[in-house]
Amino acid sequence: MLLITCPYCCTARPESEFRYSGEAHIARPLEPATVSDDDWAAFLYMRTNPKGLHAERWRHIHGCGRFFNALRNTVTDQILKTYPAGTPRPGLGAPAEGGR
Amino acid sequence: MRFSLFSLARQALGGHARWPAQWRSPEPKAAYDAVIVGGGGHGLGTAYYLAKEHGLRNIAVVEKGWLGGGNTGRNTTIIRSNYLWEESEAIYELSVKLWETLSDELNYNVMYSPRGVMMLAHTIHDIQVFKRHVHANRLAGIDNEWLTPEAAKDFCPPLNISPKLRYPVLGAALQRRGGTARHDAVAWGYARAASALGVDIIENAEVTAIRRDASGAVEGVETTRGVIKAKKVGVVAAGHTSVLMGMAGVRMPLESYPLQALVSEPVKPVLPCVVMSNTVHAYVSQSDKGELVIGAGTDVYTSYSQTGGLHVSAHTLDAICDLFPTFRRMRMMRNWGGIVDVTPDRSPIIGLTPVPGLYVNCGWGTGGFKATPGSAFVFAATMAHGEPHPIAAPFSLERFTTGRLIDEAAAAAVAH
Ligand SMILES: Cc1cc2nc3c(=O)[nH]c(=O)nc-3n(C[C@H](O)[C@H](O)[C@H](O)COP(=O)(O)OP(=O)(O)OC[C@H]3O[C@@H](n4cnc5c(N)ncnc54)[C@H](O)[C@@H]3O)c2cc1C
Repeated sequence: MLLITCPYCCTARPESEFRYSGEAHIARPLEPATVSDDDWAAFLYMRTNPKGLHAERWRHIHGCGRFFNALRNTVTDQILKTYPAGTPRPGLGAPAEGGR
Repeated sequence: MRFSLFSLARQALGGHARWPAQWRSPEPKAAYDAVIVGGGGHGLGTAYYLAKEHGLRNIAVVEKGWLGGGNTGRNTTIIRSNYLWEESEAIYELSVKLWETLSDELNYNVMYSPRGVMMLAHTIHDIQVFKRHVHANRLAGIDNEWLTPEAAKDFCPPLNISPKLRYPVLGAALQRRGGTARHDAVAWGYARAASALGVDIIENAEVTAIRRDASGAVEGVETTRGVIKAKKVGVVAAGHTSVLMGMAGVRMPLESYPLQALVSEPVKPVLPCVVMSNTVHAYVSQSDKGELVIGAGTDVYTSYSQTGGLHVSAHTLDAICDLFPTFRRMRMMRNWGGIVDVTPDRSPIIGLTPVPGLYVNCGWGTGGFKATPGSAFVFAATMAHGEPHPIAAPFSLERFTTGRLIDEAAAAAVAH
């Protein structure tokens, strides 16, 4: 069970209070009608899935209810940092192995 | 050397001290016609069928650890073919047919045991979904039948069908030809048969880069045991597929999650079949050693940690104790995790990639052991001819662009 610090509630809570919501920083196309099939596939389905640092969304579903992002090492499961949704990925740690 | 009653008797007289190694462990050559990355059941099977069916014998399987040390040796070995969509029915049924004769084909006992797979329904939604599967399967000529709770208990006496359960058993879908097989034996059997046909099996060699020439086509792989050239490379690396494909610059529609299993202390035969429940999340069968083999869930987040949270296993044990009150006092001996590669539609990806010469067979996620022979068979044909085998064709990487998904996810969030 992970201990996750919600950046809004500023306290570490057990993973069961949260819902995982997949890779972070994937921007929905602003003009859907002009998007090619390849770009839709990239947006909807292609994922970095790194072995190493992963920027991911979580939602404090049984707390404040808000979305935020976390930077986690997928080999050790250690969370390096959590940060509010909408802010850029912190420049921490070495880049991940493989998966661009 | 062939296994037979005669060879067994002769080795017994020699005190079983002279059994030869089951496969060769050669040094890697500088170049092969094809290289398979990943020495699990799917990769070793692919090499076997490439050699046997397509006459490609100058090939190698490159494995970073030991054979079957990935998901092949970590899974709960449930085999069935009662999937919903025609594309899935074709590949899983091909697999079941191959399982039926695999021990003879390989001259190696893979202990395929068609003891029946029973999937429990606990809600009206389950009943509707399973009956739909039963009808779809019947149209495809695949056995799958509907059982009342009483008939389910007749088939599996320790099952608790009390209406007082939080999620009572309202019925079950039974595939009698479904069952289990011995996971390690599948890897070893394919390795032994492939090695006998001339395939080089190279363990303890991790692929660290995929080389491409000026045109972008595959040229070979770099491994911890040196560079190996090959114009055809097949990536069959389950949970590590994104990492390997990333080495060739290809992004994949995959996420890797830890999936757990556990086994109990061994007891006398008590559970005659495989029982699965997607709704309360429990999967259980009994091994020939007598252990209950229990499948738990995945963690909610992606990870390469090969462990998984304890609360995930505990949740499954809650469900097992409700369904089988007699198991409540049993002790669990070991638990472990494997990293499963999950696709958005919970169907595999088998075929060509945007990189010429690079092939991929992945996305089997939580349920690919059952498909090992069929997957290997169609992937070998795909690699040999450079175009998808008809049964593999719908499982192309392009389906995520065309939108022709094969959505088995709707049927079961975790489908073993
Ligand atoms: C706990 C658990 C329970 C399961 N239960 C079932 C079930 O009941 N029924 C079912 O049908 N399926 C089940 N599955 C799924 C099933 O195990 C897999 O789909 C299947 O075994 C995948 O086989 P594979 O040969 O593709 O992968 P693997 O056996 O994982 O083989 C891939 C190999 O690639 C190697 N590799 C990775 N990276 C590299 C590299 N860079 N260089 C060289 N080699 C590399 C790995 O070491 C590994 O040996 C379960 C899985 C788990 C984890």
